[in-house]
Formats: sequence, structure tokens, C-alpha cells
Amino acid sequence: MAAYALAGPAVLLLFLLFFVPVIAVFVIALTDWQFGAHTFAFVGIANFREVFGDDGFRASLLNTVIYVLIVVPGTVILGLAIAMLIESGRSLRAFYRAIHFLPFMATLAAMAIAWEALLHPTIGLVNQTFSALGLPTANWLRDEVTALPVLAIIGIWQNLGFAMVLFLAGLKSIPRDLYDAAEIDGADLWLDRFRTVTLPMLGPVLMFVVIVVALRAFEAFDTVKVLTKGGPGHASDVLLYTLYRESFEYLRTGYGAAVAVVFLVIVVALTLIQARVMDKRVHYQ
Amino acid sequence: MRAGLDRKWPMSDIHLHHITKSFGPTPVLRGISLAIDHGEFLTLLGPSGCGKSTLLRILAGLEVQDSGSVRIGEGLVDGLRPKLRDIAMVFQSYALYPHMTVAANMALPLRMRRLKFWQRLPILGRLMPGARQVSVEIDAEVARTAKALGIGHLLSRKPGQLSGGQRQRVAVGRAMVRHPAVFLMDEPLSNLDAKLRVQMRAEIKDLHRRLGVTFVYVTHDQAEAMTLSDRVAVMLDGELIQVAPPQDIYADPDDRRVAEFVGSPKINLLDAIVRERGLADALGISFKILSDAPPGTALALGIRSEAFHLSEGAGVNTLTGAVRLIEHMGSDLFVHLDLAGLDHPLIARLAAERASQIALGQTLHLSVNPDRILVFGQDGKRLRSSGSAETPKVTPIRQFAL
Repeated sequence: MAAYALAGPAVLLLFLLFFVPVIAVFVIALTDWQFGAHTFAFVGIANFREVFGDDGFRASLLNTVIYVLIVVPGTVILGLAIAMLIESGRSLRAFYRAIHFLPFMATLAAMAIAWEALLHPTIGLVNQTFSALGLPTANWLRDEVTALPVLAIIGIWQNLGFAMVLFLAGLKSIPRDLYDAAEIDGADLWLDRFRTVTLPMLGPVLMFVVIVVALRAFEAFDTVKVLTKGGPGHASDVLLYTLYRESFEYLRTGYGAAVAVVFLVIVVALTLIQARVMDKRVHYQ
Repeated sequence: MRAGLDRKWPMSDIHLHHITKSFGPTPVLRGISLAIDHGEFLTLLGPSGCGKSTLLRILAGLEVQDSGSVRIGEGLVDGLRPKLRDIAMVFQSYALYPHMTVAANMALPLRMRRLKFWQRLPILGRLMPGARQVSVEIDAEVARTAKALGIGHLLSRKPGQLSGGQRQRVAVGRAMVRHPAVFLMDEPLSNLDAKLRVQMRAEIKDLHRRLGVTFVYVTHDQAEAMTLSDRVAVMLDGELIQVAPPQDIYADPDDRRVAEFVGSPKINLLDAIVRERGLADALGISFKILSDAPPGTALALGIRSEAFHLSEGAGVNTLTGAVRLIEHMGSDLFVHLDLAGLDHPLIARLAAERASQIALGQTLHLSVNPDRILVFGQDGKRLRSSGSAETPKVTPIRQFAL
């Protein structure tokens, strides 16, 4: 009895804050409810049919996938590289750690405004630098080709510090003896050492970083909202922004809920697949 | 460990010349010079923090000395990377790669040496010309070494699935597989339980005998040092205090610190003043000693616990005290005696048969022959009598068999 009493509050909160809203979303997705309306009717899977028939949604889904495919490898590779550089350096470690971690701590919406200034087509620092170097310039955020990659780069910039800090912790926990053994065994070139010791020993951290960054990339929203509003056209539309726009701007709550369900299914499936696949290849000590 | 290995092992003696090393302001090694013969089993023995592991790491090339030089075999190896020094090392933690199978662990040193970089690439490498042939050879050698070590059936396991003793053998196998000229071992047995440690000790000794190459072994465990070594180098505070065969380290120490560090129970030390040549006073008792120290010299008399024998009454060379504690060790008795004027008990080792004759609180008289008293000067150095070329009485070192 005491056990139930002790677990009770947590279970109740979990139920109220998690299960009820999720169930509500599933129910709403089956209705034609509009935000603020007093009546609604069940329409079956009509919302889902509409979602998948919509070119805008398909573009948004594809954009999200491309965004994730740029952000995850970019963040993981750069984060690991920076972590290894910091770890191998002797001075100013705390300083480098701090500056790389700052973007992760900062409010992305505010930072997005700074990026907007940097990317401004005429007075932005990026274009001025590019033209000074004789490189082609662009209206980065208003161009169909560049809008999504630029958002992805900002996404990498933001998640880099997070990945780096986790990798730094992982690197610290690798026993020195293994590097010594590798050196004596002749694996003393950088790449050999990396393949023999560093990468395998970072396995669990790597898996964690990949999953978390992938989820964060799927949830990209603030930069899209502040910088491009999904445009031009649907060029930088992503799932979460579509969801927001349909639900809260167009007030099509039923349609929005259907998008949310699709989003949820994708994220859960992705997490399960990653955990299953990587668990087999990752060595835990 | 069965069948011997047929390969020829290279010649290698080691010369360390005045090695110094400091970590920041802390000196760790203060000018170590040491020559190790080809095929010798030399143990660096000392308490933790004495610099013995640092010395081994300098020998391996994992650490760079501040000054001094290292020669292995024909050439100086200063500045050479570990893989070019023809050494192998066994670590205290074994340092096996946890994500690789036993076979892959043991094959790694060979793969690194015999396969070119592009032949070692994960999938592509196997397609490279020659790689297949070399890999087959490597696998055969690994299998042969594993068989010799009795771990042939474990080749497909990962280190996490092995017991401590098996891991230890894999670590030895990885060191052995490429026939290095020198084996370096850094406390390889300290992570094993007591029983296994004794067994692996015998196996390492046997391995050394069969391979006939130079072993340099670091330990803080005197039993390992005594049982394994041809010579023991006792290190304290970054200095070599004495380098000698195990029985000399025990029975004929050059320095009071060596006498104190080696031997269990610890040697009994009594402060004494020379009264006349060959006679010293300690605790109000006269001791005949084999020393030419002039009258008035302050000395420390070192008496091993087994040097005592029971005597009937007080007299010269005889200590009298009350029994405080009796430890029955099976083959021996350790008798702790409270002595007037001594703040710690004196420990004597007596034959187990005496157990029935000795009771707590009883007064005992323990005598010691002059030739069993080790005399140390005020500076801790051993004072030997110059007249008689005294040969120390060699005591059987069965107390290390624990």
C-alpha cells in the first residue's frame, strides 16, 4: 500500500501531463474540430488522408528528413573533432569548452535574429565577406536552394556544444592504459589509434549523441519560425512548423493533430530502430 | 601453458644510464643506472610512488626521461617510439580492447606490423592484394600462441566474458605473439585473487624459462619479487637502493630501508650504542656483533624474526619479554613480545611445535647468534665487519610462499 502511495503522485502526474494529452491528440486527429469551435464531428481518418494527399506536407516531411540528415552527421563529426582537439590541447581548455557550449545555452530565437543580421543579403557579414573573397553571394534565407541548408548549418552550430561536451566526458573516461597498449602494439598513427581505441570506446556516448541530436533535429522549429516561416514556398517547411501553422495560424486543429500523430510515430520509430541497431554494434563495458 | 614455442627470440640486454625524471617540481627518478642481462628476470620492487612504474614506462618509450639514456640490445632507443623498441608490455589492468575478440586482441600487434595501412581498412582491406595471405598467417600464429597458453578455446570470446586469470593470459599472449626481445610487466598479477596470483606467478616463471628472453617486472609485492626474479632491484623514493639476487636482498641487505621493506613479518630493529669493539648495548642488554664500529657509535641492530631461538635464561644476546600475542601460521608461530624500553612488540618466529609450551603473558628469553644480527649505521647503511669475510647465513625463504 505504501508503495502505491509513494508512486501515486508521480503516476498521476505522468498520466495527466503525458498520457491524457497524447490520447487527446489521437482523438482530436479523428475529428474536424477547429480551435475555439463549440462543436465537432468525428470524421474517421479523413484528416490523415488529407495530410498524406497534401503536397505541402510531403515537402515538409522531406525537408525534415534532409534537415536531420545534414544536422546529425555534421554535429556528430564536428562535435567529436572539436572534443578531440580540446582534449589534446594543453591550454585554454575551459575557454574552448565554454565558447563551443554557448550556442547550446543561448536562446535560439534570439540567436536566430543575430543570424538573420549576419545573413542579410546586402548588409550581412556573410555576403560582405563572400564578395570580398570573390565568392558567389546569395539571399541565403530567401533562396529555395539555400534556405534549408542554411537552417541546417545553424542547427549544427547550435547542437555542436552539446555533442562536444558529451564527447569530452566520453574521451575522459577512456582508460589511459588502452592508448599505451595501442602504442606498444604499433597502433600509434592517429587514425589507427582512433579506430582501435577512441571510436569503439566512445560507442555508448556516440549512440546517445546520435539519438538525442536526431530528436532535436526532428523538433527544429524556432529558427524556421523566426528566419524563414517555412518559405520560400515550402522550401524550408519542417514538420513541427507545419503542425504549428495548421493548428494555430489556420486553426485547423484536427489536421494539426493528425500531423502531430505522424510526427510522434516517426520519432518513436526512429528511436526504437536506432536503439536496436546500435545496441548490437555498441560495446558497453 | 604447455608446449614451447619454436621461434628464435632476439638477443637483448638493457642498459639504463643515469635516468632522471620529474613530474613538475617533483623528482620521480633520481639518476637510475642499471644493467640487465639478456634473458634475465629482473624485478623492480618498491612501495607505490617510488618511481618503478615510471622507470618501466621510460623503458617502454611511453614516457620520456629528462636526462640519461636507455640501450636495448645493440642500440640506443631514446626517442624511438615503443613499437620500434622490440618490447612488449603487460599492464596491470591488462588493457585488452574490450570491443575485440581475444583473437583480434592478440592479432593486433601483428596486423599493425605486417599489414599496410590500406590493407587494414575494414572491408576494402580484405580485397587488397596480399592482405588475405598475411591475415591467414597471422591467424595461424595467434592460434599457436593461444594454444601454448591454454586459451585456444577462448579465441572468439570478448574480454568481458573472461575471468581475471584468462584475461591475464590473453594479455600475456598479446605480448608474446610477436616475439619481442623484452617483456615488460607492470604489476600484472595485482588484479587477481590470492590463489590465482600464486598460480599465475608459477606460469610467468615457467614462461620466462621457456622463452629465455629478458623480463622486467614491476611489483610492490615482495613475494612476487622473491619467487620470480633472478635479481631484484629495490627502489625507494626514486633511487635504486640495492640490486641483488632475492636471497641476498633478504638475508644480506645493504640498507636499513631494504631490510625493513623486505620480509614478513617486518625485521626487528633495536637502537644500540657500541660499548667496545664487537659489543653493543641495546635495551640494557649486551649484544655481540660482527662489526668493527668504534665505541660510542650509534647503530641499529636488525634481527629477522626467525633468527631467534628460545633460551633458558637472560644473558648476552638474549632478549627477555612477556608474550603479548601468539599467531599460529600452521608451520610457524609468530610470537609478539613486549619488551621494556621498546614501544612496539618484538616478533619472533618459532617452530609450530612450541605452541603448547608458550602461553600469553609468559616471560620468554630469546637469543640470537651474532652472525644473525644485521648492523646498520646511523645513515641506514649496512656496516659489515671488514676482518672476517662474513658470508651471510642464507635463510630459506619459505615465508614468501604465502
